[in-house]
Amino acid sequence: MTYSVQIKQLDLAFGAVKVLQNLDLDIHEGEFLVLLGSSGCGKSTLLNCIAGLLEVTDGQIFIKGRNVTWAEPSERGIGMVFQSYALYPQMTVRGNLSFGLKNARLPKAEIEKRVNRAADILQIQPLLDRKPGALSGGQRQRVAIGRALVRDVDVFLFDEPLSNLDAKLRVDLRVELKRLHNQLQNTMIYVTHDQIEAMTLADRIAVMKGGKIMQLGSPDEIYNRPRNLYVADFIGSPSMNFLEGRLEGGNFKVDDMVMPMVGYEFLTPQTMDHTAVIGIRPEHVVTGELVRNAPLQFDVDVDLVEPMGSDTLIYAKLGQHPFRIRMDGQARVKSGEVLAIGIDPSRASIFDKKTEDRL
Amino acid sequence: MDAAKRPNKLFRNLNSKIASIPMILTVLVVFVGGTTWTVVHSFTNSRLLPRLDFVGLDQYERLWSSSRWMISIQNLAIYGICSLILTLVIGFALAACLDRKIRGEAVFRTIFLYPFALSFVVTGLAWQWILNPDFGMQSVIRDFGWTSFAFDPLNNPDIVMYGILIAGIWQGSGFIMVVMLAGLRGIDEDIWKAARVDGIPTWKTYVVIIIPMMRPIFVTALVLIASGIIKLYDLVVAQTNGGPGLASEVPAKYVINYMFQAQNLGQGFAASTMMLVSVIIILIPWAYLEFGGKKNG
Amino acid sequence: MADAALQDGPRGPKPKKSFSRANIFLYGTLLLVSIYYLLPLYVMIVTSLKGMPEIRMGNVFGPPMEITFEPWVKAWSEACTGINCDGLQRGFWNSVNILIPSLILSISIASVNGYALANWRFKGSETFFTILIIGAFIPYQTMIYPIVIILREIGLMGSLGGLVLVHAVFGMPILTLLFRNYFTSLPEELFKAARVDGAGFWGIYFRIMLPMSLPIFVVAIILQVTGIWNDFLFGVIYTRPATYPMTVQLNNIVNSVQGVREYNVNMAATLLTGIVPLVIYFASGKLFVRGIAAGAVKG
Repeated sequence: MTYSVQIKQLDLAFGAVKVLQNLDLDIHEGEFLVLLGSSGCGKSTLLNCIAGLLEVTDGQIFIKGRNVTWAEPSERGIGMVFQSYALYPQMTVRGNLSFGLKNARLPKAEIEKRVNRAADILQIQPLLDRKPGALSGGQRQRVAIGRALVRDVDVFLFDEPLSNLDAKLRVDLRVELKRLHNQLQNTMIYVTHDQIEAMTLADRIAVMKGGKIMQLGSPDEIYNRPRNLYVADFIGSPSMNFLEGRLEGGNFKVDDMVMPMVGYEFLTPQTMDHTAVIGIRPEHVVTGELVRNAPLQFDVDVDLVEPMGSDTLIYAKLGQHPFRIRMDGQARVKSGEVLAIGIDPSRASIFDKKTEDRL
Repeated sequence: MDAAKRPNKLFRNLNSKIASIPMILTVLVVFVGGTTWTVVHSFTNSRLLPRLDFVGLDQYERLWSSSRWMISIQNLAIYGICSLILTLVIGFALAACLDRKIRGEAVFRTIFLYPFALSFVVTGLAWQWILNPDFGMQSVIRDFGWTSFAFDPLNNPDIVMYGILIAGIWQGSGFIMVVMLAGLRGIDEDIWKAARVDGIPTWKTYVVIIIPMMRPIFVTALVLIASGIIKLYDLVVAQTNGGPGLASEVPAKYVINYMFQAQNLGQGFAASTMMLVSVIIILIPWAYLEFGGKKNG
Repeated sequence: MADAALQDGPRGPKPKKSFSRANIFLYGTLLLVSIYYLLPLYVMIVTSLKGMPEIRMGNVFGPPMEITFEPWVKAWSEACTGINCDGLQRGFWNSVNILIPSLILSISIASVNGYALANWRFKGSETFFTILIIGAFIPYQTMIYPIVIILREIGLMGSLGGLVLVHAVFGMPILTLLFRNYFTSLPEELFKAARVDGAGFWGIYFRIMLPMSLPIFVVAIILQVTGIWNDFLFGVIYTRPATYPMTVQLNNIVNSVQGVREYNVNMAATLLTGIVPLVIYFASGKLFVRGIAAGAVKG
């Protein structure tokens, strides 16, 4: 398998503050990789390092097998799309698209050809002679993508490109972006803090925290088999329920409740007893008829009900512990009720209390 | 260039360094170099030409025993304190008036600020004419019948600094008003709404809420006024040329006189070093308040 | 930003009735204060339009009974400084000759420098900038004499070129601050996009930054025109009588001890010297305010 972008032992420090630490990342040819994390996790910093907009402190960056650690941004074979679009306000759309090509001293005919091709792909032909100020947010972002497209590059970098758009437009452009990736088959590296964007777009997601990659994997892996407590907590909305207890001989014990972990795939055979944390996603809890078939069954006291149209969110108490359950939008539950729930241990996650790693 | 190797530090960002050469030269040669040179030469007995013939603190002793210097310092103190207080009060009061959704705000603002566009020389000469005892304000008021009226500051050594003060405030207060107005406009309108909901009277809102919120603006205004006061030179030269006698001498003028007319460079250097010291005394507490606190917190 | 804030509406409470007591007091105060501010300009104008006999007998505040433009003509082309009697026009043209190169030199240096400080920081650039800003507070008096020596060494002492250099040096702190803050306020992503597009230091400056910074250039020009035109200290020290700028010549004309004092000519000369910055001020209006507010509040 060929790698499109390889990052080796990358360090970046601003003075004493280490923003990226000993970071390794291999990105496959044609892959859509999403860097996901909350603000300050270093995801945008990493992207800027790949683009050459920040000087790394140590380590190396390869693009298409070429060491570009110290190359100028324009010499790296990358195109970049920014959150604020960053269109040059005094130039027309055509001027924006051709600025980079003119700097590269391409012949006029070639520039013309590439601008038109990009405009066709993105359906912005009628806008070519307008100034960015006269465009809507969605149109601007399309031009910004076009500016990366005309460069005919191997790697596209997206820095939160949809964050400035309103919710509806964001969904539309998300779909378009996915279609564009299917069509172009370029490598795309995409930074976002929005997990829906990450889940929907990515071939693989790298969840970052404190300048480190917490987990790198497919959306499915990230969601279903989080490698550590942080990823488990970060992914999913509403977030996972965590209960602290002890893992003893394949049984998880919380207070006086015992959960036999039937069907749970431990990473390593568990021979010792552990203080551990079990994580159960609110949407993996079953209610009603289905409880009977569930391996584990409990009763919870309903505290608060939040109907959200498509779903209903239940805030309940499992013993002493707060416990969230996501139910169907049609669920008729009232606060104060006792609700029978069922849990499937094979869909849960167990983490070591101390290391916070998945067991 | 080989992209795999870290490029030479000196040549990285080379264009930016070239573009900064004028700044670097200015800072090193003029600001740091020039100031150091003057301070060093203030310990010499340079007269017509600068010489490195060190005489210790002789120049400073002579300076502080010179009655002309003492008058200059006194004058600057009078002018400085009055100008500081009056400019701040007038500037804030006018800004507060203009901020009360009045009609013709732009007209008033234009009127209050236009003197700031004029030079101190023009300011000084204009007020010299208005305060002229024979034809100016004094004579006009006497002509109205108040024959004993006397206001001749430019020829009365006791009050000459106040004559200069009138002109100085006329020139500079509009500017402080604009700074204050910008500060008032920077205050969230919700603050006013909240104060009104709470039933706080307008004057009290200013005193208790607005002025404390504008602390940084007041500090900035203070620094601006103070740095202008120490530079006071052109206005005095134009309006009184230090007269009558030595009654309106100021330190900046003392320095220029000793450097370029009395051909006593060492005295000029010592006096200018004292000016520098006084600026440092003003600036250090300010810089400490503005920047020192942030580092600790 | 303070200058942006100035363009919003007023924030204070609106006076309730138009003829309330508070309102009358408010407008009364403003009008009274306006008289103080307008009086000198008015007196200068009426004096400059009167003949000397009328001044000697008359009221300094009274309008001219007989309007004469002779003092203006005399001030412009005949007023004497020492033995020269060719009027203020020499000073005017000297000032123009000082102003234009100073303006171009100081603004081009400061804008490029501000751009470098905003977008292309290098090790030590912030340190130099900090010293530059501190330098703005150093009294000129401590740097004046070393500059005399430097100018003498490079052969520019007493020439217009020397004064131009001095203006560029002392204009640098405030102008650099102005441009640096402006360029910093532009979205950084724009700069990044241009770098990805292969534009270099000068390419980004000329193709991206300059076209976006017209307002700040106007502000800088206003600031410098008034500052350089109104300068007195540097003019006195670094030029010779033949190259004196207008302010210095004006002071010499008005405060000359020889001959009879012609107050009308003096006032005409004073007004002539004040006209350039006044025109700039009245023509630029809000931008002038914006300039001094932006420069000052951040300084």
